[in-house]
Amino acid sequence: MNFLDYTLEELHEKLVNKELTAVDLIESVYSNIEETDDEVGAFITLNKEEALNAAKKVDEKGVEEGNVLSGLPIGIKDNISTKGVKTTAASKMLENFIPIYDATVVEKLNQAGMISVGKLNMDEFAMGGSTENSAMKITRNPWDLTRVPGGSSGGSAAAVAAGQIPVSLGSDTGGSIRQPASFTGLVGMKPTYGRVSRYGLIAFGSSLDQIGPFTRTVKDNALVLNAISGTDDKDSTSYRGNTPDFTENIDEGVKGLRIGVPKEYFNEDGKETTIEKSVREALDAYKEMGAEIVEVSLPHSKYGIPAYYIIASSEASSNLQRFDGIRYGYRSNNIGSLEDIYVKSRSEGFGLEVKRRIMLGTFSLSSGFYDAHFKKAAQARTLIRQDFAKAFEEVDVLVAPTTTSTAFKIGGKIEDPIAMYMADVLTVPVNLAGVPSLSMPCGFFEGLPIGMQIIGKQFDEQTIYKAAYAYEKATELYKEKPSLKGGE
Amino acid sequence: MAINEETVKHVAGLAKLEIDEESLKTFTNEIVQMVEMVEQLEELDTDGVEGSYHGHPQINVWRQDKAEKGTDREELFKNVETQKNGFVEVPDMFDKGGSDA
Amino acid sequence: MNLEPVIGLEVHVELKTDSKMFSPSPAHFGAEPNTNTNVIDWGHPGVLPVVNKRAIEFGMKAALTLNCGIANDTKFDRKNYFYPDNPKAYQISQFDKPIGYDGWIEIDVKGEKKRIRIERVHLEEDAGKNTHGDDGSSYVDLNRQGTPLIEIVSEADMRSPEEAQAYLDTIKQLIQFTGISDVKMQEGSMRCDANLSLRPVGQEAFGTKTELKNLNSFNNVRKGLEHEIKRQEKILNAGGAIQQETRRFDETTGETILMRVKEGSSDYRYFPEPDIPNLEISNEWIDEIRASLPEMPEARQKRYVEDYQLPEYDAVVLTATVEMSDFFQETVEYGADPKQASNWLMGEVSAYMNSEHMELNETALTPKALAEMINLIADGTISSKIAKKVFKELITKGSADVKALVEDKGWVQLSDPAKLLPIITEILDQNEQSIEDYKNGKDRALGFLVGNVMKQTRGKANPGVVNKILKQEMDKR
Ligand SMILES: [Mg+2]
Ligand SMILES: [Zn+2]
Repeated sequence: MNFLDYTLEELHEKLVNKELTAVDLIESVYSNIEETDDEVGAFITLNKEEALNAAKKVDEKGVEEGNVLSGLPIGIKDNISTKGVKTTAASKMLENFIPIYDATVVEKLNQAGMISVGKLNMDEFAMGGSTENSAMKITRNPWDLTRVPGGSSGGSAAAVAAGQIPVSLGSDTGGSIRQPASFTGLVGMKPTYGRVSRYGLIAFGSSLDQIGPFTRTVKDNALVLNAISGTDDKDSTSYRGNTPDFTENIDEGVKGLRIGVPKEYFNEDGKETTIEKSVREALDAYKEMGAEIVEVSLPHSKYGIPAYYIIASSEASSNLQRFDGIRYGYRSNNIGSLEDIYVKSRSEGFGLEVKRRIMLGTFSLSSGFYDAHFKKAAQARTLIRQDFAKAFEEVDVLVAPTTTSTAFKIGGKIEDPIAMYMADVLTVPVNLAGVPSLSMPCGFFEGLPIGMQIIGKQFDEQTIYKAAYAYEKATELYKEKPSLKGGE
Repeated sequence: MAINEETVKHVAGLAKLEIDEESLKTFTNEIVQMVEMVEQLEELDTDGVEGSYHGHPQINVWRQDKAEKGTDREELFKNVETQKNGFVEVPDMFDKGGSDA
Repeated sequence: MNLEPVIGLEVHVELKTDSKMFSPSPAHFGAEPNTNTNVIDWGHPGVLPVVNKRAIEFGMKAALTLNCGIANDTKFDRKNYFYPDNPKAYQISQFDKPIGYDGWIEIDVKGEKKRIRIERVHLEEDAGKNTHGDDGSSYVDLNRQGTPLIEIVSEADMRSPEEAQAYLDTIKQLIQFTGISDVKMQEGSMRCDANLSLRPVGQEAFGTKTELKNLNSFNNVRKGLEHEIKRQEKILNAGGAIQQETRRFDETTGETILMRVKEGSSDYRYFPEPDIPNLEISNEWIDEIRASLPEMPEARQKRYVEDYQLPEYDAVVLTATVEMSDFFQETVEYGADPKQASNWLMGEVSAYMNSEHMELNETALTPKALAEMINLIADGTISSKIAKKVFKELITKGSADVKALVEDKGWVQLSDPAKLLPIITEILDQNEQSIEDYKNGKDRALGFLVGNVMKQTRGKANPGVVNKILKQEMDKR
């Protein structure tokens, strides 16, 4: 069965009615993968045997009525630790690494009865926006196989967009959920920093990273976020406050909702791009539904990119030092000394983009540069946070484009790292501010999806979901299906 | 600030990366571009602005001092390439030392 | 040139918590290699640190004891460097906001008191342990990785190896009283690095310093410094210059040897640890910790002199270690005369500990038993001669009831006149000449008679009582 035809609630109903078994679902996943993954290239590792065993257990026990997720398949980005299942972060450094513990989100999915079917491709260590930086394989966009699915969670996006699986988990440090969601016509949520435990997420930028779900529909997304959220004793940065039910009152509508439109997220010379036009149309729709549209300013937005690249790379340079060839991971065959273990293993094990960022980060933290780089970026971050705080005094959510372009051609930008970085301009400020943001389709251009992001106040994912749900109900764009063909 | 091949080599040394002479030029070039890009921040007035170093402003998170048994050593050694008698084996340390703590 | 040493010390103290600084694995010594570790200690991909609250409180205790201010705002930082015993390739430490700052302690070198300032006390995690084989390999044990540490950094206020040693003695004593660490150099729970430079007497500016490592006993600290002073003197007097470098004390040769030259390139790239939220320490919390601190040596000494009328010398000796001081206190609380308790602890007990190389808590002696013994001497139940036997029994085997013990062993002193009189009468009857001598003023005769009674009673007779009855009986004759 093609998962593009059903929502999670519909699948659940079929399990409850015994129209389908959990084993049927898992078998569908693997036959879908067999059919389409040669072209799409979403998965790095499959764990069919364990998944089928888990499904059998669910069928024997019977699906819990009311527990929508029980028995449903999910795919996991390959930077999330899965006990006994290879976790590579799409790096040669970890090509044979089998973790001995589960990430907290994986434990939580298990508790909810979800069945993990495999690990999804990504940019190496989540560094990139096209999944072309994977050491494993190329992932293609199901809407046009000559194009990238976005990144870094490109595999997570492509697998759901291709209908291989109904939902997946990704991670977002500077847009790595929202940008691929936007490129593949999905709903992708980057929750508030601290909403979802990072324990077991292979760290990239520790103060920016968040795990979140890819789904086709808004409610599906809220259901999965429900399952993975919450305070975790193993993650001191996980939120100590309450975890609400994100589906509660999701259909309340947007009457009276104040929607801010950050002017810096649109071309200010009046020449609107197709993407911007599409977002403007969505804003019109909101207005019709009774929302109030307010122009706001996030004046420090242009410093998002430099601040982000310094902070993320600095944290990454430190986080990735543990990959030293000693206790796990790639070790060079070319070892004569202790220094060789470090230098050769790291130089051979890391890909080019990872090395670039480690270099930038090491540079930004090194003596003589710290104040002008790292400290300055942390100060810029404060100003960006203040921008959002101020805007949210006036409005409930912000709406803006997720990206400046639709999915680009494979090989189109990879030769120009700076251009690739600049493309994150609309997503990184959200990570710097720590606020939640969801991307969802708001139109198509030349057969490719366009994404719009709805940014909320800290720990107010509920309002985002309400706004997204209302728009989805009004447009039903999720019913559009990708061609799974190239370039027409 | 000036970045040249020497700076790149020095930073690579700190990061335990090796950059062969062949790619040093391109690499230096890229790093220069990256640094130029991030140095847009210079124009920003941050006088008196406190930096933000965490994902959110939560404070005072800790655990109680309760010990849990260590992980099974066999498990931990599954990913270790060279070991002996329960130790991780590495090539001789040049200074026969230990961390300074 | 008349040169003066300038010494600053960095002392690391391992905190006696149950679990590690940032992970729940056990923080204990002596386990099989790599068995008290978990994925966090190993720095596996994706793991995160969570602070041990007790370690923070221990840090506060140390800082307060060393007269430091406690930072209301404090945080952790990463110190980045690669080494096999440092699995994350960064140590979580504290950089610009240590938990304790601007402290001091008073040291005493041969009666001369001096205040040594403490720059900072910060919290951090220990590294694992490397052993170096002669097979071309080194071996890593991560059991120690993550053990909570405090680092105590002094100002460069010491001017001689003796002062350095007195500083360490005092730090050890004070920390030990707080109960946060075993502070044993031989076990590594207290470790010391020294910074040493020389300058011409009268000159204000410091000379170039060297850093001394591997000073793993109090003796080695002194010896290492003495050797390094001589080495630097020689260079400077010959017109040479000191290189900034790290040197290691070699125990076997008694010399310091070059480990590495500092090229100023040890760039640790410190930055705030993003995985650990900042700490805000309230004044209430500080007060609470302050109130929980045990009575410190100086206060105890004062009390011993004032309340127990002990000589100051006794008070100082008794408070050299917390065990001794607590033992003394308890003995007194069990009703022993303080001076007697002090005499026994400073005398027989210390002598025994020295000869057997034992700590007080390793002997079988308890404060209760010591107090009972002292009281049995005081009330005449045992003689001070027998007491030595009793003491031997108590310190080697122990006893829950000393009175029962001495009765059992037949060590009770014979003090009952009704029981002594027949024996005395018999002896007097047999020694008419001595009675005569006594009456003629020869005191020795009395001693002779007492001796006879003691012999007859196999030492159990109470000499005081015997004396009295002998005199009475002789006067009657
Ligand atoms: Mg130090
Ligand atoms: Zn230290």
